[in-house]
Amino acid sequence: MEKELLEFNCSLNRRHFLSKMSVGIGSLALASLLNPKSLLGKEKESNVASGITGILDSPHFAPKAKRVIYLFQSGGPSHLELFDYKPLLRERNGEELPDSVRNGQRLTGMTSGQDSFPLAGSQYDFQQHGKSGMWISELLPYTAKIADELCVIRSMYTEAINHDPAITFFQTGSQQPGRPSIGSWLSYGLGSMNENLPGFCVLLSRGTGRPQGQPLYSRLWGNGFLHSLHQGVQFRSGKDPVLYLKNPPGVSRTDRRQMLNSLTQLNEISHQKFGDPEIVSRIAQYEMAYRMQTSVPETMDLSSEPESVFRMYGPDSVVPGTFAANCLLARRLIERDVRFIQLYHMGWDQHESLPSQIAGQARDVDQASAALVLDLKQRGLLDDTLVIWGGEFGRTNYSQGKLTKTNYGRDHHPRCFSIWMAGGGVKAGFTYGKTDEFGYNIVENPVHVHDFHATLLHLLGIDHEKLVFKHQGRRFRLTDVHGHIVKDILA
Amino acid sequence: MPRIINVLLVTSLILIPALILTSCSSESGPRQKQIPDIVDFNFHIKPILSDRCFTCHGPDANTREAGLRLDTEDGAFAALGEDKDHHAIVPGIPDSSTILDRLTTDNPDEIMPPPASNLTVTEYEVALIRRWIEQGAQWKKHWAFTKPERPEVPAINNPDWANNPIDNFVARRLQQESLQPSPEASPEVLLRRAKFDITGLPPTIEELDAFLNDESPDAYEKALDRFFASPDYGENMAIDWLDASRYADSHGYQDDLERTMWPWRDWVIKAFNENMPYDKFVKWQLAGDLLPEPSMEQLLATGFNRNHKITQEGGVIDEEYRVEYVADRTHTTGTIFLGLTMECARCHDHKYDPLTQKDYFEMFAFFNNVPEQGVIPYGDESKAPKPKIKMSVDDASRMLPFITELKDLDSLEFMIMEDMKEGRQAYILGRGQYDNHQDSVSAGTPSFLPGMTDNLPRNRLGFAEWLISPENPLTARVAVNRIWQSLFGTGIVSTPDDFGNQGALPTHPELLDWLAVEFRESGWNVQGMQKLIMMSAVYRQKSVASEEHLERDPENQLLARGPRYRLPAELIRDNALAVSGLLVKKLGGPSVKPYQPEGLWAETTSLQGLRRYVIDSGDKLYRKSLYTFWKRTLPPPAMMTFDAAARDLCSVKRQKTSTPLQALVLLNDPQIIEASRVFAEKLLKNEALEDTDKLKHAFRKITSRLPDEQETQLLHQILADNIEKFSGAEEDTKAFLAVGEATYDEDQDLPKLAALTVAVSAIFNTYEAVMKS
Repeated sequence: MEKELLEFNCSLNRRHFLSKMSVGIGSLALASLLNPKSLLGKEKESNVASGITGILDSPHFAPKAKRVIYLFQSGGPSHLELFDYKPLLRERNGEELPDSVRNGQRLTGMTSGQDSFPLAGSQYDFQQHGKSGMWISELLPYTAKIADELCVIRSMYTEAINHDPAITFFQTGSQQPGRPSIGSWLSYGLGSMNENLPGFCVLLSRGTGRPQGQPLYSRLWGNGFLHSLHQGVQFRSGKDPVLYLKNPPGVSRTDRRQMLNSLTQLNEISHQKFGDPEIVSRIAQYEMAYRMQTSVPETMDLSSEPESVFRMYGPDSVVPGTFAANCLLARRLIERDVRFIQLYHMGWDQHESLPSQIAGQARDVDQASAALVLDLKQRGLLDDTLVIWGGEFGRTNYSQGKLTKTNYGRDHHPRCFSIWMAGGGVKAGFTYGKTDEFGYNIVENPVHVHDFHATLLHLLGIDHEKLVFKHQGRRFRLTDVHGHIVKDILA
Repeated sequence: MPRIINVLLVTSLILIPALILTSCSSESGPRQKQIPDIVDFNFHIKPILSDRCFTCHGPDANTREAGLRLDTEDGAFAALGEDKDHHAIVPGIPDSSTILDRLTTDNPDEIMPPPASNLTVTEYEVALIRRWIEQGAQWKKHWAFTKPERPEVPAINNPDWANNPIDNFVARRLQQESLQPSPEASPEVLLRRAKFDITGLPPTIEELDAFLNDESPDAYEKALDRFFASPDYGENMAIDWLDASRYADSHGYQDDLERTMWPWRDWVIKAFNENMPYDKFVKWQLAGDLLPEPSMEQLLATGFNRNHKITQEGGVIDEEYRVEYVADRTHTTGTIFLGLTMECARCHDHKYDPLTQKDYFEMFAFFNNVPEQGVIPYGDESKAPKPKIKMSVDDASRMLPFITELKDLDSLEFMIMEDMKEGRQAYILGRGQYDNHQDSVSAGTPSFLPGMTDNLPRNRLGFAEWLISPENPLTARVAVNRIWQSLFGTGIVSTPDDFGNQGALPTHPELLDWLAVEFRESGWNVQGMQKLIMMSAVYRQKSVASEEHLERDPENQLLARGPRYRLPAELIRDNALAVSGLLVKKLGGPSVKPYQPEGLWAETTSLQGLRRYVIDSGDKLYRKSLYTFWKRTLPPPAMMTFDAAARDLCSVKRQKTSTPLQALVLLNDPQIIEASRVFAEKLLKNEALEDTDKLKHAFRKITSRLPDEQETQLLHQILADNIEKFSGAEEDTKAFLAVGEATYDEDQDLPKLAALTVAVSAIFNTYEAVMKS
């Protein structure tokens, strides 16, 4: 039976059920919070304490991962300096990019006018790490230490060549704005596992490599045409970690409780007068808002973390709003069963001065990314948590601007780039896909953004072709009409 | 069974989808449902064929399987393949209709839809199809693609109830369903409903009292006329049009710099306030520049087609984004005027509607001749990219005399439309991609609709004339449906953006047609149409849902009760400003920056971008929400929490959700706290009022009704709790009262002021404060 129809009928029955009630809605409201199924008598044990219930009765198949942390590296990190070792580029440093390699590939407007496309070898060395002998750059010493946990894909590719469309594509499956983001799809499909925190949280940080160089857009964590309950909620460092979370000055938590008690009674009277089932939902929303007022600051408060944890995540982790502090927060959110945590670290856009800029960017994220994986593992959470690390595209093997002995830049390169995953259901200590010696074209096992999305959903137990939402007469999916599961990387 | 069935008879037998589909879970399967005596193709059969079959057996020839198409009469009844003996559908003979075999077989290789499609057809739907075939399989054109004719107004059992023909159509349906209409809403509720709908503001106490005391038979009509005459009307009407026109104050991509389009926004307000006929409103916006010797105002109106996002991102290929803008105009035009999902035909023929990819690019060609850039430069140029017009302050003042800020400006520059003398050649673009030129095309309208007459120029002006010609089956229907939606919360067609095969069916098809014809024949009189609907008994009903209503018609599709739904984002804030007296009523002018949490823009914006949100002070803090500065990559967060449209794309329908984040906004947004305090101070200063009266007055002003005893008691409780709390807590009191820029008299009972502020803010948080009911 059609899910849309089911949803429609559920709402119909829920309303019907609620209309029968006139007393005691306060207590019932809590149980019914966004959980129509509990009112349908279809309550399942796993759902009892949950917040938002997903559209799927149960996953399409047994999930390998229950939660996701996506460490998005915004700007396009250079695969050539980080994960994709290309000694040939050093050997032929300064030589022209052969036409046979470029093969008519589209360039961005920033370099298409260059007279020359000199190959630029990485200034940074690579070594093999872990049991599999994975090549990782000296820029990522901590990441190198967890090589045996990583599943590196060196053959990612995308269709977009500029930031806005490329990031939007990665986060929503479409280059043009308007579609729901990954986290929204998951919330819609699977619901939330937590009734005190949003199921989809967003954390932002700026890199030191190119400070203030790059924007983000709130639509990247938007719900598109899905219900607003599924939108990502930004957690910010500072006194108001979620917008409008804090009571006004001079109003304490006890004061607020007192006022809410009276407000609930006022709403109950309205329910008696008007019989609108929405009032029950409204009472529940106020209760969740009230709970968030403690659960969010409690989650954001790192003071209970022991010194050893800060040492593990690195010195930045004590500075609120840094990538390292956000990684630690992500672990705390995972511990509280938040399903999808989306980090963005800005500043990976090295058009110029790449060698110096990328060193800073790598330092920002290396220790904390690795610590997060290890920390989750130590706590037994890595098995069912998927960690993803990567940006929206790679960078050109030729220099943007002048190539000197110590300096070069790299332009955007959608044709190949590297990302890694760890934990929940992917092979550990595994490298997938291959680019040519020039680090320009994929020669083995290409993975498209849609394939990445299909695989991500698969790991969470979702058939990407079956998680649909009908909008304007069309069934939309995160993967549009594309996407193949990359079976080779599944554990 | 006769092949021709009276339209009225058919629609009278139609059960609306909500009542047909009453199964309660996927496990239990469909509950027993009654197959209608007469199965109608448009209402019962085509929705199934379109939704489950057209993807492979529909308009798109490139993906058509087995040569079978079910979207046309010829296709559906044709012999299958080489085999002349087999037909998918044989009218009158279900046993010979192979479609039924394929829908019911156990063979996984034969079953339709194929398992890989993840689509299924229910037993009930198969039974419907079987009955339809038995009854002769009468084929009909899609209801929305045939010209609306004014239907006869049906007779009803309770003619006294009807105020105008709208009521006859609705009452007739209710009679068929054995439902009674609700009695008229109380005067308070009615006035509140009408005033919010027309002006976007709540009634004042004086207005409520005057209305309650006015016993003249035309008291209600006089109130409507008064509201229509107020300039608030144009502002309120503009809100929906700004969503549909994806209006914003920034360009929308990457660095998302500021643009100046507010003069266009102010023109919209002006046009609504002048009750400009809809045909003229459409013509000016689509083609004002092509009118003979266009006036400044006609040029300004064409800004409509420049409201789309524009990129400044370095490295972008100019042509790629220029094509994107033309596509955006095509999609917006399709949605807003025609209710067609044009975007589905950009990469291939439409999967559900008879729109070919060629149709798409022929319509695209109308908007393809603008001398514009795909990537615009940074700097001042970016505020008004070409083509644009520079207007002197004198000209601007003549045209938009209500804008007081004009005197502070040297001149005004904004984007408009223009066509190049030598038009660009348009092509079908393979996969919709900008550089994949295929056959060349010239401007034209979708081939399945009545064509443009020979006398019309093949440009935007001709296109606009075609849109508003009486032959166009969609324009009037789509427009009146949106008007209906703005008054009832849901349109007669609940998918205002899709009147095609996959769109919702009209709940009252004849009423929609009657209104569409009435609208056109009235000279496209927008206010007239609104007033007609608002004068109806249907609109004036009580909106309280009875048990029976919730059981039989939870979504109120049959309209046995009045409208009830959450106010849109803008009106929730405006209500707080209005009742507190903070609202600064001033029409138009540059957008303003009311309270917004600190640092939000800077967190996500680059050095080149709009990083600093400097909160305005004074009057600008208290303007209506439609004037709030709209930065597309980070729209005003409180408004987004209440489901405002993001303005990335054309949007003609908002969600009406309720979420915990909304509770946080209403409880803690400084705007609400400040409004509560300002209102509380007025109450406190009014020494004539006892505490009880102060609370009652506050409740009434916010919700338009007096609280009952229990409610009054609860408000007292809040007041008492907080007097106790704030008494002696000087620091808390001062901190709480300091929220917001507005000052207050420190020489008064401050703990009481704080306590009353809490009580007022509690009222702003009640259900009724945010509802139109």
